[in-house]
Amino acid sequence: MLWVLAAAALIALSGVPGLFRPNRGGGERLACALVLLGAVCGVAGVAGRLLGRGVESVTHSWSIPGGEFALRLDPLSAVFLLPLLLVAACGSVFGLGYWPQREHPRNGRKFRLFFGLIAAAIIVLLTARNSLLFLMAWEVMALSSYFLITTEGEKGEARRAGFIYLIATHTGTLALFAMFAVLAQISGSFHFPAAQTVAGGGTVIFLLALFGFGLKAGLMPLHIWLPGAHAAAPSHASALLSGVMIKTGIYGLVRVTSFFADIPPWWGWTVLLLGALSGIFGVAFALAQHDIKRLLAYHSVENIGIIALGLGLALLGRSFNLPALTLLGIAGALLHVVNHGLFKSLLFLSAGSMIHATGSREIDHYGGLLKRQPWTGLMFLCGAVAISGLPPFNGFASEWLIYLGAFGAQQGDALTLRLAVLAAPALALIGGLALACFVKVFGIAFLGEARSAAAEQAHEAPLSMRLAMLPLLAGCVWIGLLPTTVAPLLQQAAIDWSPSCVAARLSAPLAPLVWVGGMGWGLLLIVAMTWWWLRRRTRGAPDTVATWGCGFVRPGVRMQYTASSFADFLVGLFRFGLRTERHGGEVAELFPKPGHFHSETPDSVLDRLLYPAFRRTALVFIWLRARVQNGQVAIYLLYVAVTLFVLLRLVVF
Amino acid sequence: MVGRLLLHLLLLLVFAPLLLGVINKTKALFGGRVGVPFLQAYWDLARLWRKGFVFSRTTTWVFQAGPVVALTVPVLAALLIPFGALPAPLSFEGDLILFVYLFGLSRFFTAAAALDTGSSFEGMGAAREVTFSCLAEPTILFSLILLARLSGGLSLNRLLGPHLAASWGPAGASLGLILVCLLVVVLVENSRIPFDDPNTHLELTMVHEVMVLDHSGPAFGMILYGSALKLMVLGSLVVRLALPWQTGHWLTDALVFLGGQLLLAVLIGVIESVMARLRLVRIPQMLIGTSLISIFALVLVLR
Repeated sequence: MLWVLAAAALIALSGVPGLFRPNRGGGERLACALVLLGAVCGVAGVAGRLLGRGVESVTHSWSIPGGEFALRLDPLSAVFLLPLLLVAACGSVFGLGYWPQREHPRNGRKFRLFFGLIAAAIIVLLTARNSLLFLMAWEVMALSSYFLITTEGEKGEARRAGFIYLIATHTGTLALFAMFAVLAQISGSFHFPAAQTVAGGGTVIFLLALFGFGLKAGLMPLHIWLPGAHAAAPSHASALLSGVMIKTGIYGLVRVTSFFADIPPWWGWTVLLLGALSGIFGVAFALAQHDIKRLLAYHSVENIGIIALGLGLALLGRSFNLPALTLLGIAGALLHVVNHGLFKSLLFLSAGSMIHATGSREIDHYGGLLKRQPWTGLMFLCGAVAISGLPPFNGFASEWLIYLGAFGAQQGDALTLRLAVLAAPALALIGGLALACFVKVFGIAFLGEARSAAAEQAHEAPLSMRLAMLPLLAGCVWIGLLPTTVAPLLQQAAIDWSPSCVAARLSAPLAPLVWVGGMGWGLLLIVAMTWWWLRRRTRGAPDTVATWGCGFVRPGVRMQYTASSFADFLVGLFRFGLRTERHGGEVAELFPKPGHFHSETPDSVLDRLLYPAFRRTALVFIWLRARVQNGQVAIYLLYVAVTLFVLLRLVVF
Repeated sequence: MVGRLLLHLLLLLVFAPLLLGVINKTKALFGGRVGVPFLQAYWDLARLWRKGFVFSRTTTWVFQAGPVVALTVPVLAALLIPFGALPAPLSFEGDLILFVYLFGLSRFFTAAAALDTGSSFEGMGAAREVTFSCLAEPTILFSLILLARLSGGLSLNRLLGPHLAASWGPAGASLGLILVCLLVVVLVENSRIPFDDPNTHLELTMVHEVMVLDHSGPAFGMILYGSALKLMVLGSLVVRLALPWQTGHWLTDALVFLGGQLLLAVLIGVIESVMARLRLVRIPQMLIGTSLISIFALVLVLR
């Protein structure tokens, strides 16, 4: 625990020396070294704790009423901490090449300060055992991420995204204040209660937690801030925000639901339905995007949905007293938290490398990048296969656990439980759509011919950026091929969440993970063998002819399928929810003139619901103000007289 | 174990191209032609095997990864699924998910290889392929849930185990419905009429065939062989459901299975002969309809 505290301190202070060295590189190397040192400390601390060494908790009195500086590191916190440390370290190394001080003299130092602060705040948040300490860390995290999003504050887009984020996060924090106040009323103190000790009074707490934490995690109707914020922040900040920061919402939900002794079935069902909604519509919105970072951001919504499916199954398992279901659901959800942290950061970093090389976020401006950026392309491909949940990478292992949980639900006695099996086809649909989306991104961006001059002159990323992606890829491969190595940690974390999981330990529902890993190895082996054979046969084959153009003699690069045309069929099927706007593209006369076509898919909740609603409310208030403050002196005198009369009445009678 | 593995691989690798021959022969009979020989697919593979390669200058290594994955995935998936009454050599709790996702992997790489050529026709084919497959995916899952519900296990060996013949009594209606649904899935996944026409000559109307336009030589052979294997592997789901009997001896079991596969091939040939291709916009509606039927079948057993 002390090592983890040291890590938090080192990472928090990593950006500070740079503030005093404005001219000499802004201390970027020093900041990076401090983050790396902190990450090593943190991993050592967490690993030591998991092996049973070091102190488990730290408690200090605090002058704030009800507050206590109470930290505790249990396996449940460790599951969230490990990806954080890895992503923070990789992100800061990536930043050396991606956001160097000499290219960004105005905001580089600010960025590194808040990058360190947010990582440290999340460390404290994940280990805090006191509501006030938790909320304090939560606010530091929320504000630091605001500054990360508005790193390029001179751009209107970044300011707008930051503002929406600020409103969203504080609305959520408000709900959390209320939630922890109610919790303190029930449990008697601001200290977190032990698992499964709080009886009753859960409904209000659950709803407030679902709102507050769901807003941070980005569950579907509450995801409004996410796409804009992830798109506006620099790529390595997006990696941290999307890979780790939004998971604090999941952590909060998991932690708060662990307090309660009995869980009504509707909790599980609510989380399950929200998860299915986020999953399906998250990926549908992602399909319709052509900005690569907005697209990846919508995939975060999708993956949060998958995590929520697992959590919902686990909650149902607790309601119906089925330890095996609980274990599979929560283990799948937690493993997916880790996995999403790994492959989403990998994808954001490789997207950053593409943006670095071409200066554009539009997928349709890339094309043929695999020839110019072979390493970035390979990393992105692996990330894409992993996020689509395909073997042999890590996404498959966690989705497999959730599937197993869903299939297990149908053996239950109650019909309300058996219907939870429908999570499996929902997950299959999500998986199929995610696959379509990543075929689109990878195919349009990395394959084919370059679609713009910038893409034609793209260059491979510098060594620091490529090196930063490597550990994330290694993590994906490791969990995919050796999933049994993380099973004990998952089991421990599940027991932390619900001690009733101990009962499922003996029957070992996680045991077939050996097979998942083994089949991954088998797949790799026979693919490698066939590949090797094919490469030998193709040596010296002519590769200078043009692609078959169906007889057309002058094919151009603009005739390639674009991101929008690839997704058009699927987007059309979801038009009831997406409402894609299309402008132009009609062919009128016999000899059509040059035309333009443009399509965009604004966010249904934010741009179609909240914005118009708030605008109308604002109009009502403007109208009211115009009536009240109408510029006539006589009316103002009347206000003064009425006020005096009311005051007089209050005082006298 | 090793014996079963070899038998499985032998049945798959030797007999799969024969099914294509049977389909073509059936279609020829309906068309009043003599048709190509039953073994034509084998000769085609042998011919392609001896040829050289030609690659477009646009392509990268991803273009070659497509055929590799398309060939290896059905082989691996075949080890997970029982061939009729012959149990699968590899089996574990939850292997059905792996079975479904392996085909996802092959789709990913086939579609990526198509996009690698930069041709708009192949992009079109890839887009259609991923769209139709992701609409077919829920149907497969609903059917697997139904089978899991009836068997009480989560491995394909249990799902398609000896109890199946007895299940046809109480749950016959559901099983009949998902038999139809799975047949539709087999037709979609293997690019058969009414969803796709393997013999069409116009690039614009193709789905799967257009994706492999630029492949040549042994790589194209790998794709052809891979799709024959895929037909047999996915078809074995349908065959086992329709012919759920055990004979007790491996040889007769294998013969029943092969007979079932041939019948399925004839059935596909008949469907291809008597039906026209669906319009492209109708295909998603048909697939969603199939999902609804499979939900209905599931509700019948979940209640």
